[in-house]
Amino acid sequence: MTITFDASVTRGSFTLSVATEFEPGTVVAVLGPNGSGKSTLLRAIAGLQPVSAGSVGIDSVVVDDASHVFMPPQGRAIGLVPQDYALFPHLSVRDNVAFGPRSRGAGRRAASQLADATLVRLGISDLSNRRPSEISGGQAQRVALARALATNPAILLLDEPLAALDVETRDAVRAELDIHLTSFAGCAIFVTHDPLDALLLADRVLVLEEGRIVQDGTPVDLAHQPATTYVAALMGVTLLRGSAEGGLMSVDGGGGLHIADATVVGRVQCVVRPESVTLHRQQPEGSARNTWQGIVRSLQPSHDRVRVLVDGEPSIVAVVTPAAVAELGLVTGTPVWLSMKAVDLAVYRSPAH
Amino acid sequence: MSTRRTTPRPAFLVIPGSVALAFLIIPLLALLWQAPWGDLASIISSPLALDALRLSLVTSLTATAFAAVVGVPLAWLLARDVFPATRLVRAIVIVPLLLPPVVSGVMLLSAFGRRGFVGQYLYSIFGIQLPFTTAGVVLAEAFVAMPFLIITLEGAFRTLDRRYEDAAITLGASSWTVFRRVTIPLIAPSLLAGAVLCWARALGEFGATITFAGNLPGVTQTMPLAVYSALESDRSAAIALSVLLLAVCVGVLVALRGYYLKGSSA
Repeated sequence: MTITFDASVTRGSFTLSVATEFEPGTVVAVLGPNGSGKSTLLRAIAGLQPVSAGSVGIDSVVVDDASHVFMPPQGRAIGLVPQDYALFPHLSVRDNVAFGPRSRGAGRRAASQLADATLVRLGISDLSNRRPSEISGGQAQRVALARALATNPAILLLDEPLAALDVETRDAVRAELDIHLTSFAGCAIFVTHDPLDALLLADRVLVLEEGRIVQDGTPVDLAHQPATTYVAALMGVTLLRGSAEGGLMSVDGGGGLHIADATVVGRVQCVVRPESVTLHRQQPEGSARNTWQGIVRSLQPSHDRVRVLVDGEPSIVAVVTPAAVAELGLVTGTPVWLSMKAVDLAVYRSPAH
Repeated sequence: MSTRRTTPRPAFLVIPGSVALAFLIIPLLALLWQAPWGDLASIISSPLALDALRLSLVTSLTATAFAAVVGVPLAWLLARDVFPATRLVRAIVIVPLLLPPVVSGVMLLSAFGRRGFVGQYLYSIFGIQLPFTTAGVVLAEAFVAMPFLIITLEGAFRTLDRRYEDAAITLGASSWTVFRRVTIPLIAPSLLAGAVLCWARALGEFGATITFAGNLPGVTQTMPLAVYSALESDRSAAIALSVLLLAVCVGVLVALRGYYLKGSSA
């Protein structure tokens, strides 16, 4: 089942406006900051939120055309894993999973058997008699997935499927979710604000900002050619914009950088990986073709490295070891020299937006 | 040196607060002190008292059931803002709460009396007469008590996390199934609390009942009316019946102590 979404949803002063398709057998992540319209997109596909203009189609059937056609969620063959899972607290795990089949007309016994089979398939049959209050977050995620899959949906929608979990269980649950999403034959779409979830689980990532798609590509596309500063920041790199000519890029806001590829001309973007930037207290001598001066604005510890934000032309993020911070005596306000090889700059033409 | 943090007890709060407590507790103790404990069993088991008690229980429970059947849906509609003027509708719901009950009784007479707005047709077409009947008592009690249930339930529906209902809808449940199997179980504690408030108000209803349904022993004379009537003839009987009503209320309070006696202190 292919989903054709070409619609906008207006809620108050916010408008979500998206035109795209979702193919079966593909796991799509919808990535974006809070308030970017991720959940609204999911709700519009599910039919929980009617669209204001345009249309939503599932295969060749229009399910919402913003005027006289509106197919309610019950008719859309969707499975939803809501944010925080929303397991029915008054029902056992088995009855939670049996709820869908029961609602779609299965008898009590048939629904119960289907629920048991689904719980076995997901490896959580030992939980069937427990209440949602008696299981862990990771287990609740699996139960919510089982509940959504028990109706055999063609479209699987997950709203922040891992956000409710603590760091320890998250990796294990993500790995398991990956298996289920990959084996799911229909359209799987999940919403997340965590780039790691998007990169590890998705075949395709839609980045939403302020209700619009700003990037649509594979995780590799995102990492190599982030379209916006937001995406670049998520990927942990610095995005510079400017114009290139003759192997030189003049950066918007000041500064110039040598780039390796002299054939790139016009409006370009350039990704600077923080690892490729070297910091010095004295003007460096060496083969690096780009050297410039700056002032340390902030230092952020991150795992076993320190991210150093340097104000300069251009401003950039560098990553150094804590030992280097001590050796160089880096504090906020320290004047530093930066150096970077031209070949370490990934320059590409600006996407037309 | 460590300073021990204790809750401050300023006199300007302690003294009026103690007055309030004494004001509530003295009548309670006075009633128990004056109760004719020796004759209590015979007074309570008199046909008049038993009739009044039976009538009170039957009418107050029927009124509560009626309020639940029509009031819960109204509370839901209010919570989901389906009315063009939710605030106006809510104001209408609250009016019987603030109105003197005797005025509620007069309003019910205007509506359902034999020459009333609706009552004349009920009488001429169906031969139904509500004033001065047991059904009239139920009507008066429901009119006065239903707002308690509606307001409690509206709050519960408003604070209910919509994701449960969304999940149920996407699982294919019809709106009736969602309401029956998800919404109602999730708000069950509030439904119980609202029903108890409503029932307690119905049990104690006096003004609207005596105005609309009269004071006919065995037909419309509920416990509060019986207490009032007894007060004029037999003061100790009135006190005995009052003790009985008090016992019923304390019994309910004890049964539901989880809801009403729970403080915020851990």
